[in-house]
Amino acid sequence: MIKMKNVYKKYSNGVVAANGINIDINNGEFVYVVGPSGAGKSTFIKMMYREESPTSGQIFIDGTDLSSLKNKEIPYLRRQIGVVFQDFKLLPRLNVYENVAFALEVIEETPTEIRKKVTDVLALVGLSQKARMFPNELSGGEQQRVSIARSIVNEPKLVIADEPTGNLDPDTSLGIMNIFEKINNRGTTIIMATHNKDIVNSIRHRVLLVEGGMITRDEYEGEYSYEG
Amino acid sequence: MKGRTLSRHFRESFKSLGRNGWMTFASISAVAVTLLLVGSFIVMMMNLNKMADNIENDVEIKVVADPGASSEAVKELQNKVKEIDGVASVNYATREDELDKIIKSYGKELSLYKQSNPLGDALYVKAENPHDTAAIAKKIDTYEYTADVVYGAGKVEKLFDVVEISRNVGLILILALLFTAMFLISNTIRLTIIARGREIEIMKLVGATNNFVRIPFILEGVWLGIFGSILPMAAIAIAYQQIYAYWQPKLVNEMFQLLDPIPFIIQVDGLLLFMGVFIGVWGSLMSVRKFLKV
Repeated sequence: MIKMKNVYKKYSNGVVAANGINIDINNGEFVYVVGPSGAGKSTFIKMMYREESPTSGQIFIDGTDLSSLKNKEIPYLRRQIGVVFQDFKLLPRLNVYENVAFALEVIEETPTEIRKKVTDVLALVGLSQKARMFPNELSGGEQQRVSIARSIVNEPKLVIADEPTGNLDPDTSLGIMNIFEKINNRGTTIIMATHNKDIVNSIRHRVLLVEGGMITRDEYEGEYSYEG
Repeated sequence: MKGRTLSRHFRESFKSLGRNGWMTFASISAVAVTLLLVGSFIVMMMNLNKMADNIENDVEIKVVADPGASSEAVKELQNKVKEIDGVASVNYATREDELDKIIKSYGKELSLYKQSNPLGDALYVKAENPHDTAAIAKKIDTYEYTADVVYGAGKVEKLFDVVEISRNVGLILILALLFTAMFLISNTIRLTIIARGREIEIMKLVGATNNFVRIPFILEGVWLGIFGSILPMAAIAIAYQQIYAYWQPKLVNEMFQLLDPIPFIIQVDGLLLFMGVFIGVWGSLMSVRKFLKV
């Protein structure tokens, strides 16, 4: 599903966020990406949906070489990937239902399909009752769930989540993890950057440790394996 | 693009006008105020331009024939003048007509001259292009039976210069005003779009194509342009008709004539609408472009 070959990324301010990353992630895997702040986790993730491009090296998503992708092809890449952002990135002027429906409008889905899929996904994340509320009327956890709902509503093969449980209380975090488990069980590949030691250690999956722009550890059924 | 998506874009662009309430108001006001300025200025300049045309077209050559020349000879001269390239019209005035004119201007005492008229017949020549007046006059001067050829040499050239300069100044002023208008309006639109930069970024990140993001903004620019130009269009149409109704009767026989409201007002209003929409769309496109690079 994801393959990176010698990926190197240097920002214009001189920071090296990826320093020769090689990785293979298979279809249907659930992968935690852990590591200290500023280690390059976000860059690692952002390169997968082309919010950032590597300075050198190759990235393949589902067989597509991202470096050969033309600018106008990027939207079509992103439609195959659901992204849950650390800061939710909800459209403030749209209500919950519209925010989720937006991802389907973009791909010109029929209104009937949109209604059906959005209703289903809101039920899945437990927000059916709040469909008409606006983001600023929701708690952090609820906004996070809207963001998740939007990322999975068009049933992408890959869901990428950047700190989806950051700033959430343990119960809410667990609820969100349940959703990810559910969609992973349907065969969706999940990449999740996190600082949440309890979750990584209790719900066991493959763990990638990113330090200094490199993957320094790669363990199946791994543990949250650094201090800091 | 599917029809459904297009109708979504239309819906979205209208919704967005409402959601951005004050920003929409600010943009529409900016369009309205600047177009009102541009419009009033164009109306003024076009009328001044017409006056300049009138002044220029008023320039004519007076050819005084030899007092001894027979009327046949003068007629022949008239035909010869008519054949000169660029001559629009040649009017023949007999010496009696000429004297009557002088008597009218200077008083009845001069009617004594009616017994022995010292004047010659006269030809009044107009050039197709007023700027050719001098050349034509020179040519006529070489013909037989011409006693004097008068066209205000020196003065006419100076007049043409002044008219030319004022036309250029007017054109530069209109261009400068247009430029300012575009800058002002697109800046206001830019502010409203910058406030929504994050929105555009999010759209792009969930897989919206550039056109999907752009089209509602372009439509919004169209609405801003249309709504913004309605007021100045109406204001100029009404004001000009009032001014025309009040002034035109007093200007009969004057060199300065106002342009007829139809089709002039329709042309000006059409231009304003076009500028409003053009600037609205252009401002939207320029502002969105920056945020599409996600």
